[in-house]
Amino acid sequence: MSLKNNNIWSDIDWPTIGIYFLLVALGWFNIYSAVYNEDQHEVFSFASRYGRQLIWIGASFVIILITLILDSKFYSAFSFPIYSVVILLLLAVLIFGVRVNGAKSWFVIGAIRIQPAEFAKFATSLALAKYLSQYNFKPEKIKFFLGFCLITFLPAVLILMQNDTGSALVFIIFFLVFFREGMPSVYLLVGFLAVTLFILSLLYEIPVVIIVLEFFGLLSFYLLRRELKWTFNAAIVIVVLNVIAWQISVRLFPELSLTYPLLVSLALSVLWYLTKIYKHKLKESYLLITILFASLMFTYSVDYVFNNVLDDHQQRRINHLLGIESDPYGAGYNVNQSKIAIGSGGAYGKGYLQGTQTKFKFVPEQSTDFIFCTVGEEWGFVGTSVVLLLFLLLMIRLVFLAERQKSVYSRVFGYAVTCIIFFHVAINVGMTIGLAPVIGIPLPFFSYGGSSLWGFTFLLFIFLKLDTNRNELVN
Amino acid sequence: MNQYINRKYVIVGIFSLVVLIFISRLFYLQVIDQSSKLLASNNVLRHVSKYPARGLVFDRNQKLLVYNEAAYDLMIIPNQLSEFDTLEMCEMLNLTKEQVIQRLSKAKAYSYYKPSIFEKLISARTYAPLQEKLYMYKGFFTQTRTLRRYPQKIAANVLGYVSEVDGKITKEKGYYKLGDYIGAKGVEKSYEKVLRGKKGVEIFMVDVHNRIKGRYKNGKYDTAAIHGGNITLTIDAELQIYAENLMQNKIGSIVAIEPSTGEILALVSSPSYNPELLVGRVRSKNYLELQKDTLKPLFDRPLMARYPPGSTFKTVNALIGLQEEIVHTWTRFPCVHGYVSGRFRMGCHPHKSNLDLIKSIQNSCNSYYAHLFRNLLDHPKYGSFENGFETWRKHVLSFGFGKRLGVDLPNEKQGYIPTINRYNRIYGEGRIKSLNIVSMAIGQGELLMTPVQMANMAATICNKGYYFTPHIIKELPQAFNDLKMPLTVKRYSDIDSVHFNPVIEGMYLAVNGLDGGTARNAAVKGLDICGKTGTAQNPGKDHSIFIAFAPKNTPKIAIAVYVENGGYGATWAAPIASLLIEKHLSDTITRKYLENHVLKGDLIHVIKK
Ligand SMILES: [Zn+2]
Repeated sequence: MSLKNNNIWSDIDWPTIGIYFLLVALGWFNIYSAVYNEDQHEVFSFASRYGRQLIWIGASFVIILITLILDSKFYSAFSFPIYSVVILLLLAVLIFGVRVNGAKSWFVIGAIRIQPAEFAKFATSLALAKYLSQYNFKPEKIKFFLGFCLITFLPAVLILMQNDTGSALVFIIFFLVFFREGMPSVYLLVGFLAVTLFILSLLYEIPVVIIVLEFFGLLSFYLLRRELKWTFNAAIVIVVLNVIAWQISVRLFPELSLTYPLLVSLALSVLWYLTKIYKHKLKESYLLITILFASLMFTYSVDYVFNNVLDDHQQRRINHLLGIESDPYGAGYNVNQSKIAIGSGGAYGKGYLQGTQTKFKFVPEQSTDFIFCTVGEEWGFVGTSVVLLLFLLLMIRLVFLAERQKSVYSRVFGYAVTCIIFFHVAINVGMTIGLAPVIGIPLPFFSYGGSSLWGFTFLLFIFLKLDTNRNELVN
Repeated sequence: MNQYINRKYVIVGIFSLVVLIFISRLFYLQVIDQSSKLLASNNVLRHVSKYPARGLVFDRNQKLLVYNEAAYDLMIIPNQLSEFDTLEMCEMLNLTKEQVIQRLSKAKAYSYYKPSIFEKLISARTYAPLQEKLYMYKGFFTQTRTLRRYPQKIAANVLGYVSEVDGKITKEKGYYKLGDYIGAKGVEKSYEKVLRGKKGVEIFMVDVHNRIKGRYKNGKYDTAAIHGGNITLTIDAELQIYAENLMQNKIGSIVAIEPSTGEILALVSSPSYNPELLVGRVRSKNYLELQKDTLKPLFDRPLMARYPPGSTFKTVNALIGLQEEIVHTWTRFPCVHGYVSGRFRMGCHPHKSNLDLIKSIQNSCNSYYAHLFRNLLDHPKYGSFENGFETWRKHVLSFGFGKRLGVDLPNEKQGYIPTINRYNRIYGEGRIKSLNIVSMAIGQGELLMTPVQMANMAATICNKGYYFTPHIIKELPQAFNDLKMPLTVKRYSDIDSVHFNPVIEGMYLAVNGLDGGTARNAAVKGLDICGKTGTAQNPGKDHSIFIAFAPKNTPKIAIAVYVENGGYGATWAAPIASLLIEKHLSDTITRKYLENHVLKGDLIHVIKK
C-alpha cells in the first residue's frame, strides 16, 4: 500500500491534469478580461474578481493535495456518510441560508459565501458509485431503479426548494451514468419521449403535436418491421384521412379547433390499422398504438395541468425556461446580447482585452454564467472551438479512464464526473448561443466563483485518485 | 457488467454530437453571419429608446387639458468624449462650470461605455442652438422626449403629474428603465397604461468615434414607438375653473357629480397649484417647495381628507329611521333648545318646537335626531344594543361610507364608520349605551367621510336610492374600454325609494322654505335647489359643509362643498354650492354680489395670523 502511495505521481493521469490546468488558466485570463476596464487602470488587487479567483485557484491546489493524499478506500467507505452530511447541509441552508439573486442557497460565514449545492453533485456521485457497484446489483430490477431515483432526486428536490432550478436540473444527467451501467433502454426512451412531448405540447398547439406523433408512429413501425410498402400504405391512409377531415372542418365548421378533425381521422385510420394488424398478426404494433394514445393523453394532461393547475407565476417561469415568452428586457434580451457579443468576435476575435460588447456591459453576469461570451468576442471562432474541443477531449479522456477501472465503483464515479461536466458545458455554452434555456449554471473551471471551481476540482481529482488504484478493487 | 461496454460509444457519441452542433452554430454566428463581420471591426451597438408621446387629455366638452411639447435629453458616453469647449456648453445649457464637471464625473462613475443623461428635458428653444453645434461635441448625443403642458392650468389634483421612475419601479415592472417617466399622481397614474403608449427601440451600429455606421441588421430588431391613447375626462373645465376661483384663499374641497351617471363634473382641492410647476427641469425644486408648504397643496383633499359629515348626515339617519319604521313622516319629537337626557344636554338653535321629519331636516333639529337615533339603537325589536347598532351600521355602509367608493383616481381614502368592537374596547364588553354615541346622530363623533363620499350621498338621495361609482373617465381608446365596466354598474343603498321623498322635500325646504330654512341664501329662483347644511365641530373654527342637488325633480348635478374653518354651513359652503349649481344649470350668474363676496372671502390669511 505504501508503495502505491509513493508511486502516485507516476500513476496519475497527467494528460487530464494538463487539460485541467489549461482550462483553469484560460478561465482566469478571461475573468480578468471580463472585469478589466481600460479607463480605470487598477493595480492588481485581491478585492477584484480576478484577484479573488486567483485565491480560489490557490486554494484548489490544497484541495488537490488533500484529495490525492487520502486513500481511495476512504471515498468508497465514506460515500454514504458524505452523502448524508451534504443532505443535512442542504436542509440546513433552507433554514439558515442567505438569499442571493433569488435563490436561498448560500451559507455566509464572514466574507466567504458557500453554496452547498455545488458539493451535492460530488456527494451524490459518490453515493451512486457505491450504490450501483454493489455486487448483487441488477439494472433491470425495478427496485434498483427506484433506489437510484431516490439517491438522485433527494438532493435535486432540496436544491429545487432553494429556488435554484439550474443546479437542480444537473441531476437529470445521472440517468446517463445509469444508462452506462445497464439501465434498460426503455427507461431512456420513455423519458426522452416524455420530455419531448412535454416541451412540444407547451411550444406548439395540440394539432401540431398530433401530426408529429403520427409521423413518429409511422417511423417506429418502419424501424420495427422494416416493411417499406406497409409503412407507405399506412402513411397514405392517415395523410388522406387527415386532409379530408381538415377540409371538411375548414369548410363546414370554420370556428372548430383543428384538434377534433385530426383526432377523428386518427381514430379512423387506427381502426383500419387494427384490422390489418389483426390480419397479419403484427403483435408488437398493438404496443405501438397503445404508446401513441398514451402519448396523446400525456400531451392533453400537460396542457390541462399547465393551463388549469399551475398559477400565473409558475406558468411564466416555465415559459421563460422554454423561451416562449420573449420579453425583450428579460432573459431573451440577455441571450440576444450574448449572441451579438459572440458573433462580433468573428473568426479570429478582437484580441485579448479588446472586447467592446462585453465592456459595454450589455451582457450580464459576464464573469460567471456568461464567461463564454468573453471567449467568443476576444478569441473568435478559433477560441470558442478550441475551448469546446478541450472540453470534449477532457470528457473523452475521462470516459477512457473510467473504462479502464477494475472496480465498478471507480467506473461509475468516473462516468458521474464526466456527465456532470458534460451537462454544465452543454447548458452553459448552449445558453450563450441561444440553443439552451437560460439556466444560471457555471462553465466548469472557467466561471468566476470559488464554490464552482472547488466543486469541480473535488470531482475531478477524487476520480484521478481512484484512477491511480485502477488495478485494485476499491469497492 | 461488461455486456454494456458498447454503451460507452453511445455516450461518447452524445458528447461529440453536442460539441459538433455547438461548433457549427458558432461557425454560423461568428464566421458566416453578415452582421457579425461588421461588428468584428470594433463596432458597438447603440440602443436608442424611442419614447412615445403620452396620450392627450380632454375635458367633457373636448377642451384640451393636457398636451405634449417636444423636449430633448442630452446624453453622454464618457469613453467617447474628446476635448470640448466647456464655456460654450455652459452658456448653451445655462449651467455653471462646476455643474458641468460634476455631471461629467457622475456619468463616468455610472459607466464609461453606457450612455447616461447629462441634462434632461431641454426645451425646444434651448435645443435649437445646441443642435447646430452638437457635431463638435464627441460623446454627446440627444434623444427626444416630451413634456406635459397644461393650457388651462387647472385641476392639478385630478390631472396629476409624471415623474422619473426609481430603482424600485424598474425592478417591479420590467417595462420601465431608469430615465423613463411614469404617471405618479392623478389620471396620469390611474390611466398610466392607456396614456404611456409603448416604447420603441432603434439599434444603431456606431464606431469608436461615435459615428453612426447604419442600422443593425437593417432595422430588423427595431421597434416603433406607439403613441399613447387619448382620454376624455368627465370634468367640465369651465365649471372646474369657476369652482377653483370660488375656493381661492380657502381650504377645502368641492366635488360635483352628475347623479344619473356618476361622472365627476368638478373636483377641487384647495389650495391647489399650477400643474406646470411639476414639469421638466424645474419639477424637483418646485415639488420640494410644495411639499414644505404648510397648507399642503399636494394633498388631494376631496379623496383623501377625512372629515366628520356634520348635520348633512341627518339625511342618512332620517332615511334609516324611516326604513326601520322607527319614525314616520308624521313622527314628532320635542326640542327644548336642544336634547336633554338626565344630566346630558345637546344644544340646538332656536326654532318652533315639535317638528315632524320634513321640518326637522328643513331646520336641522339636533334634538329630533338624538331621539331618532337612540330610539333606533335601543329598540326592543333588535334584542340587543349590539344588534341595533349593527342594523344601523349595515344601512350606513350601503351608501358607500366606510369603504373606498372605487373612484378611478389614486389614493382614495376609506373614511371611517365605527364598529361595535371599537366601543367594546373603549367602554368594556357590552357596557356601551346609546347615549355614549348620540353625537353620531348629528354626524359628529367618530364618523369620518371624504368629500367625494359626501357628494355621493347627495347623488344617492336625489337618485332615490342608487348611485354610480363617482368617476373621472368619460372616454377611452376602444382597447381599454373594459376599464370602464365597474363604473357603469348601478349600486343600490338598502333604503326603499319611497323613503327618499320626505327627505328630498326637507332638503328643498331647507333652501326654499318660506317659513325659514338653514340655507335660504342658497336659493335660486327656478332652479329648485335642494340642500342640507352641516357644521362640523373642530378644535379650531368649525368647518362649513353643504351638500346639494338640483333641479329637485330632474337632478343634473349633486354637489358637496367643504370649507375648513368656514364656520356655519350657510356661511361659505352653501353660497359656493349655490353659485356652482347656477353656473352649471343656467351658465350665468345673477347674484354678482354673492359671487364677489365669495371671491373676496379669505380664510387662509385669517388662520395664519
Ligand atoms: Zn331643535
